[in-house]
Amino acid sequence: MKKEGQVRIPSGCAIAAVISKEGKKMSGEAITNAMKPMHDRSNGLGGGFAGYGIYPEYKDLYALHLFFDDRNTRKECEAFLKEYFEIVHSEVIPTRKTPKITDEPMIWRFFVSPLRSMLASMQLDEKEFVARAAMKINTQMKGAYVFSSGKNMGTFKAVGFPEDVGMFYKLDEYEGYSWTAHGRYPTNTPGWWGGAHPFTLLDYSVVHNGEISSYDANRRFIEMFGYKCTLQTDTEVITYILDYLIRVQGLTLTEAANVISAPFWSTIEQEPDKEKAERLKFLRTMFPSLLITGPFSIVLGFTGGIMALNDRLKLRSMVVGEKDDKVFIASEEAAIRVMEPDAENIRYPAGGEPVIVKVKEGAF
Amino acid sequence: MTTISAEGLDHRSINEKIRSSAEPCTVTDCCGQRFIGAGMADRTIDIHGIPGNALGAYLNGGTITVNANAQDAVGDTMNEGTIVIHGNTGDATGYAMRGGKIYVKGNAGYRAGIHMKAYEEKVPLMVIGGKAGSFLGEYQAGGMIIVLNLWSSSEKCVGFFPCAGMHGGKMFLRSTCEDVVFPEQVTARRATCEDKAELKIHLSEYCRIFNLDIEEVLSSPFTVITPDSKNPYKRMYVAN
Repeated sequence: MKKEGQVRIPSGCAIAAVISKEGKKMSGEAITNAMKPMHDRSNGLGGGFAGYGIYPEYKDLYALHLFFDDRNTRKECEAFLKEYFEIVHSEVIPTRKTPKITDEPMIWRFFVSPLRSMLASMQLDEKEFVARAAMKINTQMKGAYVFSSGKNMGTFKAVGFPEDVGMFYKLDEYEGYSWTAHGRYPTNTPGWWGGAHPFTLLDYSVVHNGEISSYDANRRFIEMFGYKCTLQTDTEVITYILDYLIRVQGLTLTEAANVISAPFWSTIEQEPDKEKAERLKFLRTMFPSLLITGPFSIVLGFTGGIMALNDRLKLRSMVVGEKDDKVFIASEEAAIRVMEPDAENIRYPAGGEPVIVKVKEGAF
Repeated sequence: MTTISAEGLDHRSINEKIRSSAEPCTVTDCCGQRFIGAGMADRTIDIHGIPGNALGAYLNGGTITVNANAQDAVGDTMNEGTIVIHGNTGDATGYAMRGGKIYVKGNAGYRAGIHMKAYEEKVPLMVIGGKAGSFLGEYQAGGMIIVLNLWSSSEKCVGFFPCAGMHGGKMFLRSTCEDVVFPEQVTARRATCEDKAELKIHLSEYCRIFNLDIEEVLSSPFTVITPDSKNPYKRMYVAN
């Protein structure tokens, strides 16, 4: 069977997210249930979640989640990790047996800290060091795949329907201040666990509904900066673009949104705020190869917040609702109503209009 | 009156129950089930909760009432009948609609009335009480779209690129549209008394349903948009 990366996979999908602006902890049960009314948006070939604030006891360590094909790969990978990191704790990620999720690989997590000596000799900052180690495993170590590598956050994904994936990973037993979710509808998939969403790099995670048409143009550009797109899926390239724009280039979230979902030139011309128009022009000129075209609605998760964004033509649906300290985002309002029947201020962000929600300072 | 609780039911079961009922149906606890009322004729369906995408697709008569917001693609390719939404509606409302009426109290998402069409006595009507998103009436080929902007103090009643590719039908926007850029192949002009007389006919049922004073609604300026020619692509593809 061909794996991701050997075959092109277009995908449809469902997304959802919830965040508490007060940093209040929520179990993963609600976000799992939110995926149920959107069942028909997925076809059972991928589901996944990202939870933030879920590892408070190891919050200063990078939580690496890995899939291994077999025991030997795990041992080999562990030996590799020990060269670069101090492994403070490692364990099998607990799962619940269900007939709906089968053929699981070995699923492990390692809480690690980069070795000071290695950081010094490689002259890298910590995040770049971790990102490169994850890339190295994913591109060079056959049978091992890092699918989560941030601090105090974790991604959980599998082949199956999202509601079953949530049950499988016992998300009801985790507590996080924000969650994102994805149900996948690839039309042509080899069905590999690593290909499910969210895609992550460090604490950035992306869930994506859509099928971007600028994949190759984006990939060629981003690969010049050390990223390796191994899976041929558009979500992976979106994740790397956002990491590059936000972490490496230091753009704000809104600026990054204006690059990837840039307004049309004609729309910029109509912009009454001249300073804003200049800024939009500047961003389009600086990063023309990072404009993402074709349909997408995404939720980017990061430490302390989330950002939802549609493509500039809004070829996919997205609904936002609120209640008290919580903000809900989903492909369909029904999913929001499952999480909060009394959600208020239901709105539909325009194409290219980022919805940025942050947990208040110090609350996460 | 038959009451159907949608809780735990999929769309097939809900539609089966509606079909097998001889009376008007009330569907309660709806939460995202798609295709409700799809292809049905002469049914009265009252929905509580959030119906899923493609509500009333291929509808061929009867009335569907939604007491909350609706999702995407309401009335996709509907042929006859009426869909009333007491909240907002999502993207692509009235997609390729070929007859019947869609009345929305609140706002519509992107691409409302995309590829709406008309033929002889089949002239679809969509009335949006609030604002409409971008690409309103994209590729509109027939029928009528009316946007009233009743619930907001801001003048702009439609997003970007309204009437893109419009080549038939008519659109009325309750605004002077000074801030709206229309494409070259359409003409936008201020509605005359004659236009308003026509509007009155199309708005009477809507105003009755949502309990609005039609004279008050009509007292504001309207902009009428029509394509410049019945066949604007005449010379673009073939010389006929």
